[in-house]
Amino acid sequence: MQAFARLLDSLSFQPARNAKLRLIETYLLETPDPDRGWALAALTGGLDFPSAKPALLRGFGQEKIGEVLFALSYDYVGDLAETLALIWETDPAAGPPPTLADVVETLQRATRTQTPAILKRWLDALDSTGRWALLKLLTGALRVGVSARLAKQAVANIGSQPVDAVEEIWHGLEAPYRPLFDWLLQGAPRPSSNAGAAFLPAMLANPIDRSELDALDPAHFRAEWKWDGIRVQVAASGGLKRLYSRAGEDVSGAFPDIIEAIDFEGVFDGELLVRRDTAVAPFNDLQQRLNRKTVTPKILKEHPAHVRLYDVLWLEGEDLRGLSFDERRIRLEAWIALKERPRFDLSPLVTFADWAELAAKREEMRADGIEGLMLKRGDSAYLSGRPKGPWFKWKRDPMLADCVMMYAQRGHGKRSSFYSDFTFGCWRDSAAGGRELAPVGKAYFGFTDEELRWLDKWVRDHTTNRYGPVREVEQKLVLEIAFDGIARSTRHKSGVAMRFPRINRIRTDKPAGEADTVDNLLRLLTNSASESPLAGGMSHAHYPGVIVTEEP
Amino acid sequence: MAITTATETLNPRTWLYPTPRGLYCEPGDFYIDPAFAVPRAVITHGHGDHARPGHRKALATPETLAIMRTRFQDMPDTEQQALKYRESVRIGDVEVGFAPAGHILGSAQAVLAYKGQRIVVSGDYKRRPDPTCPPFEPVPCDVFITEATFALPVFHHPSDAGEIGKLLRSVDTFPERTHLVGVYALGKCQRVIRLLREAGYDKRIWLHGGLMSLCKLYQDHGVDLGDVAPVSEAILETFKGAIVLCPPSALADRWSRRFAEPIAAVCSGWMNVRARARQRGAELPLVISDHADWPELTQTLKDVGAPKIWVTHGREEALVHYARGLGIDAEALHLAGREDEES
Repeated sequence: MQAFARLLDSLSFQPARNAKLRLIETYLLETPDPDRGWALAALTGGLDFPSAKPALLRGFGQEKIGEVLFALSYDYVGDLAETLALIWETDPAAGPPPTLADVVETLQRATRTQTPAILKRWLDALDSTGRWALLKLLTGALRVGVSARLAKQAVANIGSQPVDAVEEIWHGLEAPYRPLFDWLLQGAPRPSSNAGAAFLPAMLANPIDRSELDALDPAHFRAEWKWDGIRVQVAASGGLKRLYSRAGEDVSGAFPDIIEAIDFEGVFDGELLVRRDTAVAPFNDLQQRLNRKTVTPKILKEHPAHVRLYDVLWLEGEDLRGLSFDERRIRLEAWIALKERPRFDLSPLVTFADWAELAAKREEMRADGIEGLMLKRGDSAYLSGRPKGPWFKWKRDPMLADCVMMYAQRGHGKRSSFYSDFTFGCWRDSAAGGRELAPVGKAYFGFTDEELRWLDKWVRDHTTNRYGPVREVEQKLVLEIAFDGIARSTRHKSGVAMRFPRINRIRTDKPAGEADTVDNLLRLLTNSASESPLAGGMSHAHYPGVIVTEEP
Repeated sequence: MAITTATETLNPRTWLYPTPRGLYCEPGDFYIDPAFAVPRAVITHGHGDHARPGHRKALATPETLAIMRTRFQDMPDTEQQALKYRESVRIGDVEVGFAPAGHILGSAQAVLAYKGQRIVVSGDYKRRPDPTCPPFEPVPCDVFITEATFALPVFHHPSDAGEIGKLLRSVDTFPERTHLVGVYALGKCQRVIRLLREAGYDKRIWLHGGLMSLCKLYQDHGVDLGDVAPVSEAILETFKGAIVLCPPSALADRWSRRFAEPIAAVCSGWMNVRARARQRGAELPLVISDHADWPELTQTLKDVGAPKIWVTHGREEALVHYARGLGIDAEALHLAGREDEES
């Protein structure tokens, strides 16, 4: 437990991906079974035991130091689990601290009434980092900035295997994963992916723009709309039904409506959307469905989920990944035509004779449910990862706005000495008369290293105020911001929030007074609101631009 | 030195009290650690929020005066009076002595005796061993004035060796990167170097230029820092795998850009709380503090046995609450010019 606690502690402060990988790899190599397997389960979200309630922890704390001191402590630290970990004192008489395996195996067996006494004994035996990690495990939120994918990458690295080799067998494995470590480190045979409904590593596309298209023969490519949802894999086999994110995370629990609707065997690639009648709801609506532990009937009714299919990987016991896209497409269309399934439909092909025609179709498509186009070679087999050449994503041109830099904050890791996170605003009328800037977004990329050095120096030379790590700057530098969409926001003072904002250009040529107004941004919002209810509330609007049944 | 005899009639607040310039001792006509230049000052230790330049007369330990001369261009205009630990001197009607505070080199508690009453102004202190200064000595007294920088039950500073172990472990895990360690120039810097040496680290330790003069002063006072050198003297040094000490402000400064993928370590008691460590941008927070943690503060109240305590700079509320629970007459004492963040 102490080694695992040190790992979590280091991870929580380490922003860099490669350094996180190194920390996890070192831990996995140094820690014996079964502890390292349980740690891997914890990092990939695969541990499940009854969680400790905040009231229990608060009660422990008050019992230990009294209500007044506990309240002062909690107020200062701001995190209940951390407060309790810090005020508790290690009792040298408590014996050796538990191993991670002790903790996991005991908790899986313990009843709710036994838990408090067990927990106290562990708190006595662990040091403060150990207590923090234990309480984080128990309250169900590690929050150390490690995705399941990153943890799998680390475990693949220790055996010098590609991450997809781990991913393919992952869903057939169970914590504490001894066969996995035996394969990676002891030369044992690779565990087979014998369980049904295993995740198959997804094929990803590379970005492309108009100028690069001319080098390609349009006759070789098929086009589909790039839906603004979430890429998923629907997998069903041997009675098991799963919905995976494109990274292989099992998201079935959040989408019981999809799981229930699976009445087939196969593995499909598609886009998860919220759909009402025939219209695709904006991404905001889909977000309501994500990261939920429990799904209420209300949410299911108001945000019905839907999968728009665009590829088939397995069908009725047959692996189709070696076939060409065109052959798979024929199988997919034939399969769809067999039976009407309200939760599933086909993503249509967009027909075109040449790139100019396709570019025109892309321009005309104004709907919010669409991010651009996907281009896939007709002869492409389904390969895992992001192979260069067969698949491209051609995103819709971003919207642009001229904004004024207001605040800057230093970045992390390599950028920790650079002011690289910028908050920018647009003009609006102020209550006092005249105009003021209202923050509309924050961006921390889009610039080159050289531009970053320039921006950093500009911030240092034009600072007017400091608030902890944040510098307020003179309101005179115009930044052209590119963004993919705009939504009304109750969290931002200006009332709008940008989707995926980045710095497109530094406009030293433009006076700050000529930057855009909040009203200009709101007009973008009303333009698209006729097509999509970004403002929320008007949840049954349609999107005439998105014709779901366009013939392939 | 006067002998403690409890005096029922004399109210200690009549002869020692806070003023806008600092804590003032009326019968001796001097200030203790004043925030501004005064005619006569008694200085407990050399940190900037306690020792300031420009006093006409200053009484301090020889080490503290040496630190002040290093920091304040020799202080030619200040009449300096050195007083060793356990010696005392009379100022006006007050007997003034110094007892070790265990905070940094030269740090002292000011022991004031007047009309049979004894007040100890602890200044900043800690109780755990520090290889760069003698340990805190509890002095029985009628009033104990304690700091409260880390006066919350959440502050339990772990063992120094364990924290230094974390640093060395990180150096092992990331041998191609530079470990930049943010330390206060006075006290923390030299203590961390000594702790590294005690942990068996005998490679050269690189120093930011701003740390050099005080390191030399410590060396002159017999603290063996081993092989240290300023970063500016390095020729063709990549600093890969090196440990480089610098003031905390330099961690995120342009100065840090010369190093190979630096890992920012910060040594401070504040690192105990994760949100504070994140605010400081620490990738490797090390809880090494020159202040007493909660168990040390509460133990000290018991050790000095004063019936009355005054609590200053920090989280007074929790310590006052705790002391009252022990039956001690405790109250907060608000002093000008104390900075919350010094640690």
